[in-house]
Amino acid sequence: MPFLTPVESEAIRLSLLVSCWAVAGSLPLGLGCAWLLARRQFPGKLLIDGIIHLPLVLPPVVVGYALLVLLGRRGPLGAALYDWFGITVAFTWKGAAIASAVIAFPLMVRSIRLSLEGVDRRLEQAARTLGCGPLETFFTVTLPLILPGVLTGTVLAFARSLSEFGATITFVSSIPGETRTLPLALYTLTQVPGGDAAAFRLCVISVVLAFAALLIAEWLARRVAARLGS
Amino acid sequence: MLEVAVQRRQGDFALDVAFAAGGGVTALFGPSGSGKTSVVEMVAGLARPDGGRIVVEGRVLFDGAAGIDLAPEARRLGYVFQEGRLFPHLSVRGNLDFGRKRVPPAERHLGFDDVVGVLGIESLLDRRPNRLSGGEKQRVAIGRALLASPRILLMDEPLAALDAPRKAELLPFVAGVARRFGIPILYVSHSMDEVLQLADTLVLMESGRVAAVGGVEQLLSDPSLKALTGRGEAGAVVAAHVAGHDDSTGITRLAFAGGTLMVARQDLAVGAATRVRIHARDIAIAVDRPERISVRNILSATVKDVTSGEDHVVDVVLDCGGCSLWAQITAHGQAQLGLRPGMRVHALIKAMTVARGDVAGR
Repeated sequence: MPFLTPVESEAIRLSLLVSCWAVAGSLPLGLGCAWLLARRQFPGKLLIDGIIHLPLVLPPVVVGYALLVLLGRRGPLGAALYDWFGITVAFTWKGAAIASAVIAFPLMVRSIRLSLEGVDRRLEQAARTLGCGPLETFFTVTLPLILPGVLTGTVLAFARSLSEFGATITFVSSIPGETRTLPLALYTLTQVPGGDAAAFRLCVISVVLAFAALLIAEWLARRVAARLGS
Repeated sequence: MLEVAVQRRQGDFALDVAFAAGGGVTALFGPSGSGKTSVVEMVAGLARPDGGRIVVEGRVLFDGAAGIDLAPEARRLGYVFQEGRLFPHLSVRGNLDFGRKRVPPAERHLGFDDVVGVLGIESLLDRRPNRLSGGEKQRVAIGRALLASPRILLMDEPLAALDAPRKAELLPFVAGVARRFGIPILYVSHSMDEVLQLADTLVLMESGRVAAVGGVEQLLSDPSLKALTGRGEAGAVVAAHVAGHDDSTGITRLAFAGGTLMVARQDLAVGAATRVRIHARDIAIAVDRPERISVRNILSATVKDVTSGEDHVVDVVLDCGGCSLWAQITAHGQAQLGLRPGMRVHALIKAMTVARGDVAGR
């Protein structure tokens, strides 16, 4: 885009890439966790619930550091990933996506879980009597009914990913063109003399992006609500 | 053919029910809390019995001893719920197709247009469930269950959530479904009106047990069951058919085993099968045939049984050409008449109700 500087468009591209992957990757897992928490009773449920919600209350730097320890090249998980698949996540945009996903995960799970708990289970029973197995019932009845909640969760997680800073800079650092997303670019600019004007431009871009995400979410939510007839 | 024998404990409530039902409409009748819905849910597989056996058309759906417990989706039963339970995210057509498209084409024994026609929902197909009235919703729910080609249709008080006019509007559709498609129906109800209009077989339930099973006429005419069939509604039910109409006097003649009954003009075809309910308090008994009296329906009968009830009421069972009639007279009246089994008397019928419509299954 002509009115953006190369640094700005690079930061926007990275932010969108990281956030999209963070949300897309955590959505199936989020659905699964929300379903477990809303529908199943099992020992250790409180613990799982707590672990999922931890990133919401911990300082993001702690989460980033934990990820670095776990997923760094010498970390137990990171070493395995590298040895088996040749994948490195530390200090790459993939790591940034993982950091964003972990931070945004509780928001997604909470909103999906709430809408799952609001589903009229009698409709699922009706589907069963009509010859629909449990998994098919989930996809043909439950999922369409919780779509508004899934949408809200996805948008919240996406917005949270866009604004992710602490965990990202701790885990993957701020590498131009690789991990320097909008908030990181903005922070870098505030650290150099004479960067005020450029920082202000990035602020405006951030506001516009966030606002656009909210508007799209609202428009989608209305369409879904109209389809459900509520 | 449906065979049910199930037991289940839910806290303090023990359910132990056994009955068998043939074709036509079988009504599960009893007060709320008697376990009717639990029984239907067990048949559908939505609730699990502690033990017992459920067989539908020769197919074992549940057998506690043999460890058989088919999933609801494998049972092939149609379930019409009290509140419709239509899928809000699908159109009426989508709802109707929901069960149908999960049945292999070779096993679909009911045609889409046929069902939609009988239920009168052609014009609703593209609407959303939230744009339907209560009666329309239930018609769609019945259609959805039927189109899944079920071996039996379970209906759990499908009219209970509707107001009286909507009920009257929907009843003929339910009767039509039973007649037209020949699918056995297990119908849960606590309304005697619905039972009279629809049912062939009656299963009387009381606090988790089956109190009696039998034909509707037989059970409703049995004074010993009056606590269950409804005290205020105590009375006999007889099967009759329309013998003819007399338009000049505005009368319809109904023939039954014990003679002919004259009622106000009914909108029924000659030969149509119907059911007449005669309340016990509407029958008077005369030992000698009364002359010059306004009551038009006077039948000869034989006293079968005389039982003193509470509140100085005496229950008299009369045999009228093989049909049981049931009269309630005062103890004072009985003292004057001295009725005893075997006595020839005249039954004076002051009023009766005709269960409208063609009765299913005969």
